[in-house]
Amino acid sequence: MALTGLDIYKQLPKTNCGECGVPTCLAFAMKLAAGGASLDACPHVTEEAKNALSAASAPPMRGVTIGTGDFAVKVGEELVLFRHEKTFFNAPGFALLVDDMMDEGEAVAKVEALKATKWERVGQALKANLVAVKNTSGDAAKFAGLVTKVQAATDMPLILMADSAESMEKALEVAGASKPLIYAATEGNADAFAELAKKHSAPLAVKAGSLDALGELTTKLDAAGVKDLVLDPGTRTLKETFENLVYLRRAALKKKLRPYGYPTITIPAEETDDDMMEAIHAAVYVMKYGGLIIMRDLSPEKAYPLFVLRQNIYTDPQRPMQVEQGFYPINSPDENSPVMVTTNFSLTYFIVSSEVEGSKQPAWLGVVDVEGLSVLTAWAAGKFVPERIAAFVKKSGIEEKVKHREVVIPGYVAQLSGELEDELGDWKVTVGPREASDISTFLKSYQTVNA
Amino acid sequence: MAFQTPTEQYSGKIREVTIGTGDSKVVTGGQNTLNFYNFEGTMPHRPLIAMEVYDTEPVEWAAALKDTLGDVWGDPVAWAKKCQDEFGADMICLQLASTDPNGADKSADEAAETVKAVLGAISIPLIVYGSGNADKDSEVLKKVAEVAQGQNTVIGTAVEDNYKSVAAAAMGFNQIVAGETPIDVNMAKQLNILMTNLGLPAEQILIDPAVGALGYGLEYAYSVIERDRLAALQQNDAMMQMPIIANMGREVWKTKEAKISQEEAPEWGDPTRRGILWETITAVSLLTAGTDILIMRHPESVKLVKKTLTEFGLN
Repeated sequence: MALTGLDIYKQLPKTNCGECGVPTCLAFAMKLAAGGASLDACPHVTEEAKNALSAASAPPMRGVTIGTGDFAVKVGEELVLFRHEKTFFNAPGFALLVDDMMDEGEAVAKVEALKATKWERVGQALKANLVAVKNTSGDAAKFAGLVTKVQAATDMPLILMADSAESMEKALEVAGASKPLIYAATEGNADAFAELAKKHSAPLAVKAGSLDALGELTTKLDAAGVKDLVLDPGTRTLKETFENLVYLRRAALKKKLRPYGYPTITIPAEETDDDMMEAIHAAVYVMKYGGLIIMRDLSPEKAYPLFVLRQNIYTDPQRPMQVEQGFYPINSPDENSPVMVTTNFSLTYFIVSSEVEGSKQPAWLGVVDVEGLSVLTAWAAGKFVPERIAAFVKKSGIEEKVKHREVVIPGYVAQLSGELEDELGDWKVTVGPREASDISTFLKSYQTVNA
Repeated sequence: MAFQTPTEQYSGKIREVTIGTGDSKVVTGGQNTLNFYNFEGTMPHRPLIAMEVYDTEPVEWAAALKDTLGDVWGDPVAWAKKCQDEFGADMICLQLASTDPNGADKSADEAAETVKAVLGAISIPLIVYGSGNADKDSEVLKKVAEVAQGQNTVIGTAVEDNYKSVAAAAMGFNQIVAGETPIDVNMAKQLNILMTNLGLPAEQILIDPAVGALGYGLEYAYSVIERDRLAALQQNDAMMQMPIIANMGREVWKTKEAKISQEEAPEWGDPTRRGILWETITAVSLLTAGTDILIMRHPESVKLVKKTLTEFGLN
């Protein structure tokens, strides 16, 4: 279904004007075919050609944005089945579920509590992203009432879950302007829900009894002018949902089947009554291939590991995560505590800092910016070198924090010690252990001269 | 329109490895598809869980572990029996931490006595891991292989610096070797080639990719295991078709996220459930990537992983 560079070239003006930023039309066509350019960059392409090409130049999985402003959540636009092939791009949005059969105060309190369900890790915010409000009662007024309360309690985008067009319409009168996800169009209500989605320019989730029926529905909705769709595979067991998510991702990326080229929505909340299993279903969908994940319970001890998993899986394998350069105090160090340095590769930092913490010995851990490489790699690349380490130590302000002048370097770069002492002047350099696992033993016997 | 199910067939298959003997033996591997993709291939044996037993009394372990395992700490035989009888472990993984030359530095003979005692007390297969010190492990594992003769146990780990002696011990006494390489596809393959060249049958090798825990390098382990698996299945690479074992319990439970108390980190919620989930999510991620044998620590995490396997239709 995808066009080749030559197919695209035939539709271009062939003037080689270069205004798109590429010297020739042929080169631009090749870039388009590879997904490395957008047709919008060509100012001279005809409307006719644009229509013919837009289908082929669109990404195989559409990106869909829910909500507006800073809290908007974008899902989709994934390009690979396995993260090592490139990277996963738009991390799944976690949504907390409340419904209109719950006590309203309790529902609002649950939403309020979500504000504290956020942390920072490696310079990134880990947080819940959306609130799903469900019309379990079937009562339109009741539903709209809860939507009003929830909207007042949070800035997060909403997922409105109702079966009847009447309930959805009422809720959209309240929340439609903030582009909530409408959940969900089914065979029974598709026409009415399509109208609501168009009226409010809101994204629409689609649910059907089989993948066949799902494709028919999305084709119909696309023809009706609703472009921002999210797919519910429809199943409610781990095994079946997993299977369908794999099929949907393959259908979109490998088979380039347009009716399936949308992000997905999964609902662990409806798949199990066990709170721990709910977290495990969610974990599986973080890996394969959930776009939105709706949970009824996002207590911190569940949310934190899930958000860390999401961060791990959606880290670009080509670009290691980095920790900010600086000295980190561990176990409340004072002016006599040891000073250690390592690199700012996040994994190196996490392992070293957790070993220092585990030793219960206070220490100042210095993290040198070497563009996110591990100790040996950074040394081999000429980035973890005496000049850079010395400049860091001098400028870091550690000299005001400690009375002594001794710095511990990783055992793997023992060969740097002499040169580093020369660079640092009044500092003494001590060679620490090669492996992080030996840090605890090392620190327990190591004393700075002044201590 | 009729949806054509985009299934995939692979040319390769994971090698079956039998651990243990007689009625108590278990088989791992044998699948011709990615883990949990049993909708398009076969996974004849569900992944296995070996529960950890230490030969020394644990210090500073999480309260969540102490509550459930504390009564058998310091007694590897009682600990192993408890894992077998109460917690439904598929196997026991005896961690010979006491042999660490930087620690208690117990001798190979002392370690072998513990192995004998544990073997005498359990009826499920045994995995024996050394302290991770390559030189000491080659000495210890040789003795272990000898006293466990006839039991078809797993000994590990063989690493670049000691694989010759560990593989020789396994060949001499008919044991299985867990070969460990630091999260790298090519190094894993290279070690398998070296060990098979020595004469160790491929059916007696497991790949230990030195995994990290959730938040501590899990993404590297995840992708390396996926790539190992795709090399085995898609490219039919015989030297990558060994089952994968993940020594993950210790990695999880040394993280502060699994250990730290409610008082120290109130923002992280209930510490018991947090620790259990940290281990369970690490385990499920490694399984999804392609792991066949998990070495785990907390009985509740083991229970949750088993429940997950059941939900995937793997009993």
